[in-house]
Amino acid sequence: MHDQAISLRQRCLNGWRRLERGLDAAFGSGLNPMRHLGSIGLLAFWLLAASGVLLYIVIDTSVAGAWRSIDSLSSWPLQLGVLLRGLHRYAADALVLAMGAHLLREWLHGHERGVRRFPWLTGVPLIGFVFISAIGGFWINWDQLGQFSAVATAEWLGALPMLATPLARNFLANEAVGDRLFSLFIFVHLGVPLLLLFGLWFHIQRLTRVAMLPPRPLTLGLVTTLALLALVWPVRSAPPADLGQVPALLQLDWLLLWLHPLTYATSPEFTWVLMGAAALLLLALPFLPQARKSAAPAVAVVDADNCNGCTRCFVDCPYAAVTMVPHPNQRIGRLLAQVDADLCVGCGICAGACPSSTPFRRVTKLVTGIDMPQRPVSAMRAQLQRDLAANPAARPLVVFGCDHGVRSASALSSGADDVSVCNLLCAGQLPPSFVEYALRDGAAGVVVAACREGGCEFRLGERWTAQRLSGQREPHLRDAARGERVELVFAGPGDEAGLAAAVQRLRERVQAIALDPDLPHRIQHA
Amino acid sequence: MPEISDRPVRKTPAIGPGRWLGQLLLYGLFALVIGVFSQWPPYHHLQPDQALIKLSFTHVGKPVGDCRVPGAEELAKLAPHMRPTEICPRERSPIMVELDINGVNRLRRSAEPGGLSKDGASAMYERVLVPAGEQRIAVRYSDDVRARATPYHRETTVKLVPGQVLVIDFNAEKGGITIQ
Repeated sequence: MHDQAISLRQRCLNGWRRLERGLDAAFGSGLNPMRHLGSIGLLAFWLLAASGVLLYIVIDTSVAGAWRSIDSLSSWPLQLGVLLRGLHRYAADALVLAMGAHLLREWLHGHERGVRRFPWLTGVPLIGFVFISAIGGFWINWDQLGQFSAVATAEWLGALPMLATPLARNFLANEAVGDRLFSLFIFVHLGVPLLLLFGLWFHIQRLTRVAMLPPRPLTLGLVTTLALLALVWPVRSAPPADLGQVPALLQLDWLLLWLHPLTYATSPEFTWVLMGAAALLLLALPFLPQARKSAAPAVAVVDADNCNGCTRCFVDCPYAAVTMVPHPNQRIGRLLAQVDADLCVGCGICAGACPSSTPFRRVTKLVTGIDMPQRPVSAMRAQLQRDLAANPAARPLVVFGCDHGVRSASALSSGADDVSVCNLLCAGQLPPSFVEYALRDGAAGVVVAACREGGCEFRLGERWTAQRLSGQREPHLRDAARGERVELVFAGPGDEAGLAAAVQRLRERVQAIALDPDLPHRIQHA
Repeated sequence: MPEISDRPVRKTPAIGPGRWLGQLLLYGLFALVIGVFSQWPPYHHLQPDQALIKLSFTHVGKPVGDCRVPGAEELAKLAPHMRPTEICPRERSPIMVELDINGVNRLRRSAEPGGLSKDGASAMYERVLVPAGEQRIAVRYSDDVRARATPYHRETTVKLVPGQVLVIDFNAEKGGITIQ
C-alpha cells in the first residue's frame, strides 16, 4: 500500500516535471511560473495588502454604508475603482491557486521531511489563515454573497461544542447586525492577514535570499494579467444583504468559498472532520514512516585548520546553516565557519564555495575547510584522477553532474566511451577549480550539468554554479580555463537528451582544437 | 576580484513569436481559470420554491426542582447571616421544543443547559426547509421539567414567499414564542 503511494507520488512527480518542461518552452526555465510558486504567492499577498490598504481608506466600514461605498467604486473615473476592487479579489484567487500548487510541488519533491520539515509545518497553518482572511473579506461588502458567507460561517462554527450561544443568532434579523459586529468583520479581515504575515516570517525563516517577488518579467506578466482580468471581468456586488431573505442565486467564488456549499451539501460536522483530518494529515506527513527509508544526509563538517574564515560558505548556504564564529585557535578577528546540523540539508554548496577545496593543493589527502563526509572533495579529486587516467580516448571529456538533476550515466550510456562522469550532491558542490584541474589533468573538455534554472533541489545551486563559472561569484573559474572547452548545461531530471546534445557539441568543438603537444599532458599527482 | 553577485547569470534570451504566443495563451488560461471559477457555476442555496424556517433561542430554563424551606435543625448548623429563607436547586431544566408544520412533526429537540453545573442558558439554532406558500405552524416549548409545568404553545398560519426566512424565537418578555 505504501509502495503504491510512493509510486503514485513518483508518477505524479514525473507528470509535474513534464508540465514544468512544457511551460519552459513558453517562458524559459528561469521564468517558469511553476518554479516560482512561493514567490508568486507572495506577489499575490503584496497585491492584496496594497489594494486592501487603498480600499480600507476609501470604503465606509459600517453596516449601513459598506455596500454603497463599495458599489460606488464602479463609478470612479478611468475604471480605477473597478481595477482596485478586481485586483483585490483576483489576487486572492491567485494566492489560493499558487498556494495549492506550491504545496503540491513541495510534497511531490518530498520536501516535507528532514530539515525542510520546519517550513512545511509552519506552512500548514498559513493555509487556514489565507482562507479565513479571504472568507472574511466577503462579509465586509455586506451584499447577499457576504450575507450568505457570514451566515454559513456562523452556522458552521455553531457545530463546535464549546460555543454557549450559536453564533448564527447574530444573523437572525437585519437589526441584529450592528456596527459592533461589523467591527469584528473588519478585525478578522485585517487581523488574520497580519497573522498570515507573521506566519510567513516563520515559514521562510530558515531560508536565505528568499525571493519576495518573482523575477521582474513574470511579475509584470502576472500583474498585467490580473489587472486586465479586473477590467474585462469586473467584480460586482450582489444586491444589499437582507437577512429576511435567502439569496436565491449566488455567483459564488468557488476558489475561496467552496467550504460553504460543501457544508450545506453534507453537514457542518462532516466538513469539520474533513478539515481536521486534512490538517492532521498535512502535519503528520513529515513523521509518517517511509517504506524505503532514506538515510538522513550527512551534514557539512568544518575543519578548523583549513578554514580561513572567508565567509563564502556562510554567504552561499541556501538554508542559513552556516554561521561564522570567532576562530578558537587563531588570532583575534579571524573567523571560523560553524554548521548547524539541524539546518543543514547536505547539499555541499558550502564545499563548492570553500577556497580550500581547490584540487591543485599539493597534499596527499585533500582536506578542505568545509566538506561533505559522504562525498568529500578528496574523493572527488581521487576519482577524477583515476577516471582520466583510465580514459582511453585521445580527447577525453568529463561531465560533472548533479545527483538530483539529469541522470548523466543513462544520458551517456551509449557511444560515450570518451566521457568520465563525476557525480555531485548538487552542481553547487563543484569547486570551479575542479574544472581547470580536469582540463590540466588530461580532459579535452568539461561539461557541468546543473539543474534547470530555478529548479535546483537546494534552491540556489544552479545559480551559484553559473555565477562561479562565469566569474561573477567567488570562488570563480579562472579566465584561462573558460572558453570553448567548458560547457555549462542546465538539465534537470528527464533532460537526458539535452545533456547528450551538450556533450556532443563539446565533443565536436574539442575535435577542432589543436592540443599543444609540448604541454604536460597530466598533472604530477601527489 | 569580482564582487559577489546574486544576479542570474544568463540573460533572458530574446523571445520569439512562438514564445510570445505561448505566454499569451498561458496567461490567458490563468486569467480564464480565475475569472470563471470566481463566479461560475452559479450556486442555488435553496430551491426556487423553498423557504427557510430558523428556530433559535437562548433561554435559561426553570430550576429542575421546587424550592423548599429549610428546617430549624438545618438552619442551626449555619451561621446566622448565612441562613436562607428557602433553598432552590441550582440545575436548570433542559428546554424541549417541538415544531409541527401542517400537522406533521418536523423537529423535536432538547437543549441542555450550559455550564458545568448545568445552571446556564440553553441555546438552539435549527434550520428547517419548507415549501413556499401557506403553512400551518405549531410550536410547543417547555422550559420546566416539573410535572406541573405548562409548555408554551403557539400555532399560526403563515404565507411564505420563496426564499423567505421565518424566525421562531423565544422571548419571555414578549410572552414567549415569537414568530416573525
